[in-house]
Amino acid sequence: MSGQEIVFALLGVVAVGAAILVVTTRNLVHAALWLVVSFGALAGGYLVLTAEFVAWVQVLIYVGAIVVLLLFGIMLTRAPIGESADLDSGNRWAAAAVAVATAAALVTVVVMGFRDERMPLRAGGGSAEELGAAVFRTWVLPFEVLSVLLLASLVGAIVLSRSDIRARPEAGAAADEEG
Amino acid sequence: MHLAYPTVVAALLFSVGVYGVLARRNAILVLMSVELMLNAVNLNLVTFDIWYRDRLHGGQVLTLFTIVIAAAEIGLGLAIVLLVYRNRQMVDVDRLRALAEDPSRPAEPAAPAEPEAEPEAEPEAEAVEEAAP
Amino acid sequence: MIWLASLVALLPFLAAFAGMLLGPSLTRLLGGRPGGSAPLRNGPALIACLPIAVSLVLAAFAAFAVWRDPGERTGTLTLIETGSVPIRVGLQVDGLSAVVGLMVCCVALAVQVYSIAYMRDDRRYSSYAAFISLFTAAMLLVVYAGDLLILYAGWEVMGICSYFLIGHHWEDRANSRAAVKAFLVTRLGDVGFLIGILVLGIGAGTFEIDEILRKAGALPDTTVTAAALLLLAGVAGKSAQFPLHTWLPDAMAGPTPISALIHAATMVAAGVYVVARLYAVFVAAPAALAVLGVVAVISMVGSALAALAQDDLKRVLAYSTISQLAVMAAGLAVGAESAAIFHLLTHGAFKALLFLAAGCVIVVAGSNMLAHYGGLRRGMPITFWSMTVGLAALAGVPPFSGWFSKDSVIEAAQHAALHGGESSSAFTAPTGWFAYTPLYVERADPVAPLPEVAYRTTHVDVPGGVAWLVYLGLLLTVALTAAYAMRAWLMTFFGEPRGTYEVREPSRFMSWTVGVLAVPAAILGFFGLGAEELRPHVGAALLSLLLVVLGGGAAFLVWNRDPALDPARALGPARPVFARAFYVDELYAMAIVRPVQALARQVVVFDGRRVDGAVVGAGRGARRLGGILRVPQNGNVQNYLTGLLAGVVVIVAGVVIFL
Repeated sequence: MSGQEIVFALLGVVAVGAAILVVTTRNLVHAALWLVVSFGALAGGYLVLTAEFVAWVQVLIYVGAIVVLLLFGIMLTRAPIGESADLDSGNRWAAAAVAVATAAALVTVVVMGFRDERMPLRAGGGSAEELGAAVFRTWVLPFEVLSVLLLASLVGAIVLSRSDIRARPEAGAAADEEG
Repeated sequence: MHLAYPTVVAALLFSVGVYGVLARRNAILVLMSVELMLNAVNLNLVTFDIWYRDRLHGGQVLTLFTIVIAAAEIGLGLAIVLLVYRNRQMVDVDRLRALAEDPSRPAEPAAPAEPEAEPEAEPEAEAVEEAAP
Repeated sequence: MIWLASLVALLPFLAAFAGMLLGPSLTRLLGGRPGGSAPLRNGPALIACLPIAVSLVLAAFAAFAVWRDPGERTGTLTLIETGSVPIRVGLQVDGLSAVVGLMVCCVALAVQVYSIAYMRDDRRYSSYAAFISLFTAAMLLVVYAGDLLILYAGWEVMGICSYFLIGHHWEDRANSRAAVKAFLVTRLGDVGFLIGILVLGIGAGTFEIDEILRKAGALPDTTVTAAALLLLAGVAGKSAQFPLHTWLPDAMAGPTPISALIHAATMVAAGVYVVARLYAVFVAAPAALAVLGVVAVISMVGSALAALAQDDLKRVLAYSTISQLAVMAAGLAVGAESAAIFHLLTHGAFKALLFLAAGCVIVVAGSNMLAHYGGLRRGMPITFWSMTVGLAALAGVPPFSGWFSKDSVIEAAQHAALHGGESSSAFTAPTGWFAYTPLYVERADPVAPLPEVAYRTTHVDVPGGVAWLVYLGLLLTVALTAAYAMRAWLMTFFGEPRGTYEVREPSRFMSWTVGVLAVPAAILGFFGLGAEELRPHVGAALLSLLLVVLGGGAAFLVWNRDPALDPARALGPARPVFARAFYVDELYAMAIVRPVQALARQVVVFDGRRVDGAVVGAGRGARRLGGILRVPQNGNVQNYLTGLLAGVVVIVAGVVIFL
């Protein structure tokens, strides 16, 4: 067991443990914060796997943007900030069974499939330079399409969240009643 | 480095995300669980990119794209959650029962639209449904 | 000739429909008031009486033609192909049918005319008269039918008409029950009758009556015997013979003219007529004849005893009908076919007379009970004298008609009993008044080489025991008949009046009809003198006369001791047994009706609890199962998703494990 493996295993434990806390904690805000921990540990894992650019993007977008968005959502929906007992639905045990079964199936398959596979770690393989070259040389068209997608989702989010925009009558009935 | 480590971690993360999607009541927590699942996929993409020594870095680039799409999804998802909250003063997914067969069964009065914080579906489709009650 | 016969049957049939549809409108058209208007302005009465009068004239023409030129005339109107045995829609007129048809028309006309007055105040007179017309038409169809299935059609129409007419006053529950009983009991016999017809028709390969008669001797014994026994079931039902006789006394619930019609001309006569019509078949099956003889003896003695103890005038007459029909059946059983038909005719005459006269008495007294009558002879002489003639004919007092016919039957029975059960009286000479053709026409026809069959039919093989039984039963019946006729006569017309009503003749329509009917009842017997086998014989005549005097004298002596009391008291403890007709009804109720009702109740319970319960339970079970299945369909998306993912995991696991 090499040092890389030890470090990745520790990070993986942290990531999975934090994820479990995310889905089990009774505090909404804590869930968001444990999500930060999980994503951070994952970013560390990316670093160990030599995907440094992805790691920084992970930190920037997930930890910096998405979690902040989620916190905003928590606050905008006036969720209870403190402990709340009813964050889990009555479906919990069935969900746990399905999740465990999923984990068992996936882990079994993965372990059986890649028991003896090792992968070469080459420093600098995922640097910004390499990835930038790949994106703007090979993947430029998907990249541009993705920008259009982002624009569309931006417009959609604005339309959905603004209450003073109404659907035109011929486009369908009123989308939302003011509650 | 042994390939099993990252893949097992990804599998476990995905399972935890599954549990969260199925067990959590608050729509925002469901969204968080979806993010966990997406991250598990990202980890797999990065791992196999490195394992295959991909010269085009398809895995890592796709990871970037996924992160972007996740950002867009979380934006739209939160917009939908806010809309639900505005209509019903709550965001509990197990109390949004307009899909039930009997109109007299749900605890809530029938709502004109059923904005479901459905994490698996594409946000665009959700938005279209939203427009048509 | 055939057209004449078909017109005779068709006219009352059309009259029935016209009466149903147009009767009341015709009354209005003629300016009469519905109910109680003058007869000439009474639409239903006109529609009912005129066609039957025309039919009577036509039937008389037919009978005259047959008398002038004896022989059989058949005509086919159409032929219905059925795939196997064709049905020939045709009529047949010979001596037998011409004479019986004439009698039916006479009685029907008398009943119709009588009904005009009798049913004057009835709201449903129109449908009543129409049903009488239909009834008559059906009987005429039976009489003139040349094909067994045509005969069966008329037979069934009579059954349903009797149901409607007996239940005419259906407002009273007992009347509709009596109608249902008559219908069901005769229906029971009709089942056997239909099967018998089919057996006979399939066995002979044709349903034509004369063809069947021609082939009867050549058919296998089993076929003939089975067919004859099955036919006997229908005959017993229609002619009210034991054990299917119970409907007839209850059928007294109908209006009295209906009783006259049923008892004299139509319904009950049909049974005996059919036996006479298919006599060759019965002759070929001696077992059936023996059964007929035993049944006849039981019926005649039993019902004569029952008649002795009845309180109801109409029921006395009803039981006497059973008894007299049994006399005819006994005559047929010992081979005296002509005598039996002769008795059928005279019985039709005097029984119609008796019932119509009884109707006069009932109208005047307002009651059916013998105990309410008494001393009626002074107020209503026409009725008195007519009824006297009728009762004398019934009892067999010479020289009234019943004496001749009954005497010839007794003579035949005596002959059969004394001469080893062999009677050749019926077919010795074809010169009788109503020469009966189908059996001797073969001999008269030099072309048809079937003499063996024809001769065989002349010998009736009746077991000696049965012949003796019939003979003794007949003698006993003669005495009993005289006794109950004397009792009814005395209690009705003599002694002190026991009612508070005014004794006077009823409407002229009624009393004159009765008076006219008294003429054939008195003199019809003399027509039998033309035929050798129908002439009275000194020995038998003296014996029966002695018995008549014995029976009647006994009744008179008992009555004379105290005219205010019922002579039936002399019967002592046997009286209630006779009055209830040996508890046959009760026996049937206990042995058949109650078990069937109990079974029906069980079936209802079974149907309600088990079958229905199973169906309802299946429905409820499905609903309950659906209720369980709809619990997951609660609209909770998380549950749906859980199920979806669980399914995916199961599939993946299956793929991983098995592939």
